[in-house]
Amino acid sequence: MPTSIPLDYYLILSAVLFVTGVVGVITRRNAIVIFMSIELMLNAVNLSMVAFSAYSGDIAGQMFVFFIMAVAAAEAAVGLAIVLSLFRNKQTVYVDEVNLMKW
Amino acid sequence: MNIDFFGSLPLVAIWLALGAIGIVIQAFVRNNTKLVFGYYVGTLALTAFLAILSSGAKGSSFGGMIVLGGYAAYFDVLFCGAGILAMLAARPYLDRLNAELDEFYTLMVSAVAGMMLMAHASNLVVLFVGVELMSISFYVMAGFLRTDIKSVESALKYFLLGAFATGFLVYGMAMLYGGTGSLDYVEIGKAVSNGTATYPMFLAIGTVLMAAGLSFKVAAFPFHQWAPDVYDGAPTVVTAFMSTAGKAAAFSAFNPVFAAIMPDGVGGITDTMRLALAVMAAVTMLVGNITAIAQTSVKRMLAFSSVAHAGYLMMGIVAGTAYGHSAIVFYLTAYMFMQMGSFVIVGYLEREQGDGSDIENYSGLSKQHPMLAAMMAMFMFSLAGIPPFAGFFGKYMLFYAAIQSGYTWLTIVAVASSVISVYFYLGLIVKMYFTDAPGKKTTFATGTAGFTIAICSVAILLLGIFPWLLTNIISTW
Repeated sequence: MPTSIPLDYYLILSAVLFVTGVVGVITRRNAIVIFMSIELMLNAVNLSMVAFSAYSGDIAGQMFVFFIMAVAAAEAAVGLAIVLSLFRNKQTVYVDEVNLMKW
Repeated sequence: MNIDFFGSLPLVAIWLALGAIGIVIQAFVRNNTKLVFGYYVGTLALTAFLAILSSGAKGSSFGGMIVLGGYAAYFDVLFCGAGILAMLAARPYLDRLNAELDEFYTLMVSAVAGMMLMAHASNLVVLFVGVELMSISFYVMAGFLRTDIKSVESALKYFLLGAFATGFLVYGMAMLYGGTGSLDYVEIGKAVSNGTATYPMFLAIGTVLMAAGLSFKVAAFPFHQWAPDVYDGAPTVVTAFMSTAGKAAAFSAFNPVFAAIMPDGVGGITDTMRLALAVMAAVTMLVGNITAIAQTSVKRMLAFSSVAHAGYLMMGIVAGTAYGHSAIVFYLTAYMFMQMGSFVIVGYLEREQGDGSDIENYSGLSKQHPMLAAMMAMFMFSLAGIPPFAGFFGKYMLFYAAIQSGYTWLTIVAVASSVISVYFYLGLIVKMYFTDAPGKKTTFATGTAGFTIAICSVAILLLGIFPWLLTNIISTW
């Protein structure tokens, strides 16, 4: 049980990482970079989960983290395939050039 | 850990059929589209049958992570039915586009498996896995026509925004976990209603983030912008499936979550959240219906109307009473049939006329396809909430639930936006019946899609004239 570092520190770090991810998603145009920012958001959540789990002495949160990682991997497989098929059709990965329909 | 095998049968059946047998069939049998189609239709029918059999087995299984019977079993049947209807419609549609690959049916069944998991969830982990299983299948299905740029574009938008929303949803789950120290709905509900949460602030943040995740999954304001584009660009049969069953799954899953984190009559922060959800619902209806008026493509118009219907459905969550929840179940069932039927008709006409979702292509439809036009008119009346169709009773129940809980202003907004929606629903009917066709059209057989349209129209008539058929089932839970 980690007692030297307060729980708040983990949560603040996690929140900062999460917000960084959100800002990345909103401001970047490259689909791959947007996707990387989303992964950052998910990993920020993992940090919160593990911190809560460790401080409450309940293992469920750490188990949840495994599920999040597995799902993130599945999402990456599908997401990169979609970006690839976009590139084959349009030779671009920039989301603002993908505007056949109103965004 | 107790496992109730009998009650878990539908879940076990679909997992085995999908993961163990379905994959093997696809790996070892060549030119197998017909076989895979039949196999998965059979799988869904068997699962629905098992769900009906086990609907009396109430309780929980897998260490309390999964609830059984009643509510969950009903949704199993609904999702399997939606899957079968969508597959019947998909076969002629994809065949015409030369894109009928057996993976499509696998993806559809895996999405149904995810939805069933969502309806059965009694733990945030199960909810998360179910949501993602459904969503990831939908991302692929939206981009299924991989040489069609519109389809790929809709897949990209759906994927990026969906994964973004997943981030919020899962952060909300982490906050609920941190606030109450448990992932179980029952434990979370206890902590909220007894006021024994370890960190009430995290609980409040978690509630807000969960509401954001919900609003994305059901396409409600402020996260509804993806819906029109995705529904417009995706193959029409996929749209028919994900705008109905996907939305039903999201509501079936979030209904118990919100019942746990916003219990009736606790006051304080939950009342504020309830008010916020009510405002979200009101804005969703207005935005959906007003934007739908401006559309010239019928497919896009229906996409906006599906946003508006998410707003009506949220009234049930806002009401938060048992009556509100049964209103949601009734309206979801009605909505599934009417929306799926109208999208399948749009898909059929699109097949016939190339890019035929423009409203001009519907002029004079009553002369070329009298049956099709009549059924489309029926779906439109039902979507507008005009009796004697199922949509009317669904709306009536939702509005009544909101009034009972003291949200009279929300009901007034809902009625006003229903009136707005009549304009474009009836506009389409006027187009079909009172204008002449520009040219002569060729006719194709509807194929198996005809069954889907027929079943949907019979269902909304039955539910409209005999609503107690369903309300009696709901009252036994």
